[in-house]
Amino acid sequence: MNLTLIDWLIMLLYFAFVLGIGFALKRYMRTSKDFFQAGRSLPAWICGLAFISANLGAQEVIGMGASGAKYGIATSHFYWIGAIPAMIFVGVFMMPFYYGSKARSVPEFLRLRFDEKTRAYNACSFAVMTVFSSGISMYAMARLIQTLHVFDSLFLKFNLPLGWIFHFAIILSAIIVLGYIFLGGLTSAIYNEVLQFFLIVAGFLPLVWVGLKNVGGWNGLKAALPVAYTHSWRGMTNAHNNPLGVEWFGLSMGLAFVLSFGYWCTDFLVIQTAMASDSEESARRVPLIAAIPKMFFPFLVILPGLIAIATPAVTQHAMMQAAPTLNTTAKQPAANDLSDPTKYNKGLIPAKVNPVTGKVMTDEHGNPLLDYDLAIPNMLLYYFPTGILGLGLTALLASFMSGMAGNVTAFNTVWTYDLYQSYIHKNASDSHYLKMGRWATVGGILLSMATAYAATSFNNIMDTLQLVFSFVNAPLFATFLLGMFWKRTTGHAAFTGLVSGTVAAIIHHGLTLPADANRGIHGGWIAVVHSYPSEMAQNFWTAIWAFSINFILTVIISLLTKPRPEPELVGLVYSLTPKPVEHHMAWYARPKVIAVGLIALLIALNLIFR
Amino acid sequence: MNLDLRVPMGLMFLIVGVIMSLFGLFTRGSVIYERSAGMNINLIWGVVMFVFGVAMFLLGRANDKRIAAKPIEGTNRPLGGRGHGGH
Repeated sequence: MNLTLIDWLIMLLYFAFVLGIGFALKRYMRTSKDFFQAGRSLPAWICGLAFISANLGAQEVIGMGASGAKYGIATSHFYWIGAIPAMIFVGVFMMPFYYGSKARSVPEFLRLRFDEKTRAYNACSFAVMTVFSSGISMYAMARLIQTLHVFDSLFLKFNLPLGWIFHFAIILSAIIVLGYIFLGGLTSAIYNEVLQFFLIVAGFLPLVWVGLKNVGGWNGLKAALPVAYTHSWRGMTNAHNNPLGVEWFGLSMGLAFVLSFGYWCTDFLVIQTAMASDSEESARRVPLIAAIPKMFFPFLVILPGLIAIATPAVTQHAMMQAAPTLNTTAKQPAANDLSDPTKYNKGLIPAKVNPVTGKVMTDEHGNPLLDYDLAIPNMLLYYFPTGILGLGLTALLASFMSGMAGNVTAFNTVWTYDLYQSYIHKNASDSHYLKMGRWATVGGILLSMATAYAATSFNNIMDTLQLVFSFVNAPLFATFLLGMFWKRTTGHAAFTGLVSGTVAAIIHHGLTLPADANRGIHGGWIAVVHSYPSEMAQNFWTAIWAFSINFILTVIISLLTKPRPEPELVGLVYSLTPKPVEHHMAWYARPKVIAVGLIALLIALNLIFR
Repeated sequence: MNLDLRVPMGLMFLIVGVIMSLFGLFTRGSVIYERSAGMNINLIWGVVMFVFGVAMFLLGRANDKRIAAKPIEGTNRPLGGRGHGGH
């Protein structure tokens, strides 16, 4: 890749502002509340944009572009029914309990509602997951920087070995994220998430514009692609008729209900931004504000994937081949069929190349495998001249870093309040916990770096970790749903239900296998009882099982154990808490009115792209 | 929180906009724009960034002034300056 001075300038400017914001915020960090909860003083729109950016890490951006290229517009289900209903629900119904209970974190809410063991279980699993996620983000960024040869010219200029680029990328991102969180805490992280939001829009909007113009607009795109690519619901009556390999029930139950509600309504990574807002009214509005851009993000991150497939790849002047070759000019010799990777490219998507043999990798039917993850990076390289290329890359780097930052602030809060203050050192002074939070940030980043390096030596570690996360997260929503809306739910029931839900997820995974997969990490390691048409279908059904087992067991055990007295549950359970007053707000500002508008918009989008 | 994000963010986009549009201006008609469908995307998008940056910066500034002019509760004295952490 040929970056010029102008691209470097834009990137440097971003880094300077990110750290500058951290320094500017330092003087407001007086108490632990300022550091961990942004003083509960941010306006709703800032928290709203941070709410979706926290989720919009670069793996998400790259992954969504990749699925756009692989599956087409059906990928937007992850943004539409896979996020919007859950965001509306958490805003209208759940936020009053999170914000109003004065809990400082989601695990702390679990202690207020249930008991100590439920909190401890949730806090421990959550703290471990955030550190690993941030490490995975770091690893992915370093690999992308390596693959795109971002720093190559810089390293060659200073005569440094190119093998150091990976370490350089890890250390650079660690220092920057550490710097701004250490200084400005959650406020810094949220401000940078908002900055990232605008950078993603600024970098990807022109990409879609130029790309669409090149392929002849939306009609040109439709004409260049198979018909299923531009319709999101076609063939959903049967799992074998659509590219996702999922039928409508699995999609709506597994993705739209269990997984999506489990993520958007319980994950402290996103909830922390809403809990940082300046009032309960703002906190309720945060997810609703976030839902508006969320609905239109498919056009920014999924559409480039479709355009990448539709772009007639006439020249290879700027594209990356998938092989991690050390310099851009290296060409594979065209000796036999499989050794000329460019022949198998589909639009801007290169074929996967075995780094050792230089040959195209194929599946068991002899079809070449495509490296869809390069859809977005190749779009940037293909359509952007120097100048705006710097902006596009900055947007990508920004989303990697704020993805890490959100995890790190969630980690330092849960560590300091839910583990350190509760079980290690009670009753210390506030300044002690503030200091602890700063050092927890350092610790969290060091652990992330360790994870990133572990990922380089063990190929499977990322898949394994993500699998484990899905087991822990799948049953969560049942516990919160019953806890907030059924006063009879007891602590013993919640804890047993949660643990059994996770066990159910593990067993289900061990007993089922997606079609075309081998037994092992993909499932079936106990025995193969059922086979799913795709891995996605298996994921959705694992979640459905985990949720159902948790739900049923929690109800049964609650009925067998002694409930807590009702006065203790005021502010924690729906039926015992006074409803939030809305009549003093202008009609268009009322959460329920916004919610109805959002649902109408969601239905309209699904009808247009049905 | 006293630092309105719109001020630094506006500044950043404003500067990026200036850099990009100036660069676009100097590279008019260059072959590098063949890949962006013939449009001078640096100039066009640089101007958009610049306008966005200025708007954000001004909004943030106006808000800072409004907060600074707000009287302390129960008095007519404007608050002025820093040191008020409660809003």
